[in-house]
This record gives sequence, structure tokens and C-alpha cells, in this order.
Amino acid sequence: MKILVCIKQVPDMESKFKVDDSGTWYDRADLAWRMNEYDEYAVEQAVQLKEQVGDSDLTVLCIGGDQVKETMKKALAMGCDRGAHILDDEVSTKEPYQIASIIAEYAQDKSFDLIFTGMQSQDRGSGQVGILVAEFLGLPSVSTIVDFVYEDGKIDVKRELEGGVKACVGLSAPALLTCQLGLNTPRYPTLPNIMKAKKKELLSIPVEDLLKVEARQETARVYFPEKKGGGLVLEGEVDQLADQLIQILKEKTGVFA
Amino acid sequence: MKLLLIAEYRDGQLLAGWSELLAFSREMGGESVFFLVGSEEHLPTCDEKLYLADSSACGEYNPDLHKKLIVDIVNKEQPDMVVFSHSSYGWDLAPRVAFALGASQVSEVVDVSDGVPVIPVCNSKLRREVKIKTDQAVVTLQAGAFGLQEEPSGTPTVEKISVDAAGRTTFTGYEQAESGGVDLAKASVIVSAGRGIGKPENVEMIAGLARALGGEYGASRPVVDSEWVEHNRQVGTTGQTVAPKLYVACGISGAIQHLAGMKKSEFIVAVNTDKDAPVGEVADVLVVADLKQFVPVLTEKIESL
Ligand SMILES: Cc1cc2nc3c(=O)[nH]c(=O)nc-3n(C[C@H](O)[C@H](O)[C@H](O)COP(=O)(O)OP(=O)(O)OC[C@H]3O[C@@H](n4cnc5c(N)ncnc54)[C@H](O)[C@@H]3O)c2cc1C
Repeated sequence: MKILVCIKQVPDMESKFKVDDSGTWYDRADLAWRMNEYDEYAVEQAVQLKEQVGDSDLTVLCIGGDQVKETMKKALAMGCDRGAHILDDEVSTKEPYQIASIIAEYAQDKSFDLIFTGMQSQDRGSGQVGILVAEFLGLPSVSTIVDFVYEDGKIDVKRELEGGVKACVGLSAPALLTCQLGLNTPRYPTLPNIMKAKKKELLSIPVEDLLKVEARQETARVYFPEKKGGGLVLEGEVDQLADQLIQILKEKTGVFA
Repeated sequence: MKLLLIAEYRDGQLLAGWSELLAFSREMGGESVFFLVGSEEHLPTCDEKLYLADSSACGEYNPDLHKKLIVDIVNKEQPDMVVFSHSSYGWDLAPRVAFALGASQVSEVVDVSDGVPVIPVCNSKLRREVKIKTDQAVVTLQAGAFGLQEEPSGTPTVEKISVDAAGRTTFTGYEQAESGGVDLAKASVIVSAGRGIGKPENVEMIAGLARALGGEYGASRPVVDSEWVEHNRQVGTTGQTVAPKLYVACGISGAIQHLAGMKKSEFIVAVNTDKDAPVGEVADVLVVADLKQFVPVLTEKIESL
């Protein structure tokens, strides 16, 4: 069985962001980078499936500069067999349609039985790439899955809807699934697996070989939102902060009445 | 400008988001037409034209089929924009429709600036304006971002449509949320634990503050996904919607899906080490502190009042 999982490297969302000189994205300097949270669930599901079916080959794909190889190594250490690194130093200027086209171009002649992606990235959050890859490849797809069962080419998933409701959906491989938080518990790579991962194939392909479509949108501007509401910000010693807050709660709410 | 607004229906119910689509359309100064896979018994109360496909014939959500229906209407009506709610229905269907139309898609629009859609990025820490380069566009709207002053009224002009296409996925049923246990909707004070609590042992600290304030404790999603707290305490889009007198968000960043569940609370206090955390946008008071130090001190002081 051939499986593909697509991941993205994103900054830690607790970082202090700055707008870059172009004014169209965040500045990459001084950020801590990690695997997109949603993709960790995708990698874990792909690895679990590989363990379940035995005879399989699991590729992890990531687009970006050389820096993204660090994140790919984590996926390899979690259990992916090989890495396909699409080398693109300008990845942040590509829009979802282009990103999906690059992945589809890579995947189209490789007959993957299943493709997993995260449901969205934490930085752009468009939620389009996975589904668009499936559309490019003509595959059925289900987004936002929180449960996955595979048996003999038949797939049963649960899609998360609003208010805790789930929709149960059946489909057949080949197919693409986008993964939501809570789908599974992503494993931590063990030291022996980190060592093994170093020997795994990690091939870089220049993005120019795969990008065949024009951008359909572009970023006009990125900026910080205006602080609405004008809430009070309290800083200082915890002891004082607690007294201040209790005073405010007494004045503004009825909770101590 | 002409907009095709995609209303939603699920399990025998018309979902409320349709009026936000209309609000957006009015803001864009557009002429609009609705599309719904639903039932004649539950129609949006508006004067617009509405294309209706019968859900009893089409079944519950089926992406291939719904896409086909919408693309057919687009070919007939030639709208400039197809508008969805950014919901589990919208974010799943919008990219499929956009792809079929060769249109550009912008997800989770919160605002429009000089005709250009604005979306939140980086967990709402930044805003991004997106310039669309295709003639037709598909957008999804963040819940609550667009609203009307008054509830619309009227009866739409219905045109029935059908399709004989099969989908490649099969819907086999709904699984309802587990119920029972705590009813956060009844609590007048809720103290919620976010990922910032760091480890499961600290849930007790949050529960302790909730008890001291005579309320209940809740949690953000990662805390529930990690199984530190049971699901019926989750606040947000995929959890509960609450509106207590006081909501205390401890170690919660303020992602839109969490805010959606609690922003109607009367008074909101956030405790966060990050002064720029987006929760600051809705908080009446943001206490910049390490919750592990602050919460026990606060609890003790409240207990000795
Ligand atoms: C379709 C969908 C549905 C979703 N539904 C929900 C939902 O119903 N409910 C929900 O909550 N989320 C939901 N989410 C997830 C949501 O997007 C966020 O991932 C989630 O709300 C983040 O939770 P958090 O704020 O606890 O964690 P984080 O975003 O990781 O934030 C942790 C915060 O804690 C602060 N912090 C860290 N250490 C400390 C400390 N010692 N003291 C004080 N502060 C500290 C940090 O500064 C940070 O702001 C959904 C996502 C999607 C895509």
C-alpha cells in the first residue's frame, strides 16, 4: 500500500510576530518552527495505517526551504519511510491553489492509495490545500476527520461538525483525508527512531519542476488587528494583581454578592 | 455585483448562518440569489430567489452531489461570487466548487476593506487582505462576522432543482455529542483551562478557582483532546456555547473557535503570559501572569473573603 502524508512547517503561534519588509507576510527572523499541529495527527494516522497493513510505503512531503527538513525528520522519526522535499525558498508567496497543484503534480504518477493532510495550517488557515489536491487528482476526499478505520480498501471515517456532532462517512481507496485535532494521539519519536530516521531517504525536488499553474490570488497587505473592546491590561506582582482583580470583580460583576 | 449565497440544512434543520450571508451581500451592495439543499418547510425568511434541491431526495451532505448542483446554478446565474459560511459544510464544499469554476477562494472572511476580503491569520494575531485575480470568486464567512440590524422577513421565490448524480462518499449517520454530567449553560461563573495549564495535574487548580467563585470549570479543545478534561466541558464551536456572568479563561490563546463559544459572556477575564494573545480582543480584563502562580493566590484570597 502506498501512502502519502503532506506536512507544513509553521511558526509556534505563541511567537511574537512582526510584519516583514514587503508588508505581505510575517518576518521569518527569530521564530521557533514546528510541525503544523493538524499535520501531526495526519502523520500519526498514516503511520498507524502503515503498521496495520504491514506491506506499505509511506512518503512524507513538505514544501519549503532547506529549513523544513528539520520538521520532515520528525515525521521520519515518527515512522514515515521516505521524505519528498519540494525545495521552494519562496513558499510563503504561494497561494493554496498553487501549493495543491505542486503536491498533485508530484503525486499524480505515483498511485498513492491514501493521502493524508492536516485540515488547515495554523498560520494561513485556508483549509483548502487537502481538498484541492484531491480535486486535482480526481480523488474522493473527506475533510476534518476525527476517526479513521481502514479495512480492505474500505474506509470509514467520522467528520466533525459543529456542536460535537459527527457525520459517519464511508468511501473507498484511493482517497484523500484531511485530519482534525483529536483524531489520535501523535507519538513522540524515540531516540532509536530518531537515529534510524537519519538514514532514511530525503530527496529534494526543485519546485520549478512541479509548479505549472498561475496564482489566482495575492496578498495585498498584512497587519495587526486593531485592539477592539479596550479591555484593561493588568501587569505586575501576582499578589497585587489578585487584589486588583477581586476589586474589579466586586465593582463590575455580581459574583461576590 | 451578483452573489450566490449557499444556505445550509442539516438533519431536518435550516442552520442559522443564512442571514449572515445576506448581511455580507448587502454590505457588498450585491444582488443575491440563495441555494439550499433542504426542505420547503424550513426556508430562509427573505425576499430573494431561492434554488431548492430536496434533501429527502439528495440525502444528507454529499460533496460530489452538492458541488454539481451548485456548479449548475452558477452556470445559469453567472454570479461574481459564491458565498458560504465558514462551517464544516462551507469549508468542505467551497474548495470543490472553486476548483470546478476555476475561481479563487478566500476562506474565513471577517471584514471587507475597499472591496478586498480580510481574513485572520496566525491564530488571529494578524490580518491579511487578499486580492482576487479571477473573475469569479468563492468566499467563506467567519461565523458572527457579518450581521443584520433586523431579522430579515419575507418569502423567497422558490425554484426547484434536482440532480441525478451519485457521490463517491456515503453518509451513514450522525453521531450526537455525548450528553449528561455538567451543564455549563446553567453555570453563572465558568473558569476554563487552556493548554497553558501545561499538565493534567493543574486542572484541579482551575476547578478550585471555579469552586471558590461558585461556578463550574470548562476547557479549551486541546485540554479535552488530551483527555485531561471530559468533552462535555469543552467550550467552543465543537463544544458548548456559554454565556455566564463571568468567564475566566486561563492559559487560552483566544482562537476564533474558542471565542465563538464564550464571547457572549457578560464579563470576561483572561489570564495569560502573552500580552498579545488574541483573547485580549474580547477580554474585559487581561491579567498578564503565569497562571500557575496567579490562580492559587487568587483562589486563596477569594476563599478568605
Ligand atoms: C474546526 C475546528 C473546531 C474547533 N473547535 C474548538 C472548540 O470547540 N473549542 C476550542 O477551545 N478550540 C477549538 N478548536 C481549536 C482552536 O483552533 C485552538 O486550537 C484552541 O482553542 C487552542 O486552545 P488553547 O487556547 O487552550 O491553546 P493555545 O492556542 O496553545 O494557547 C495556549 C495559551 O496559553 C498561554 N500560556 C502558556 N503558558 C501559560 C502560563 N503558564 N500561564 C498563563 N498562560 C499561559 C499562551 O500564551 C497561549 O496564549 C477548533 C479548531 C478547529 C479547526
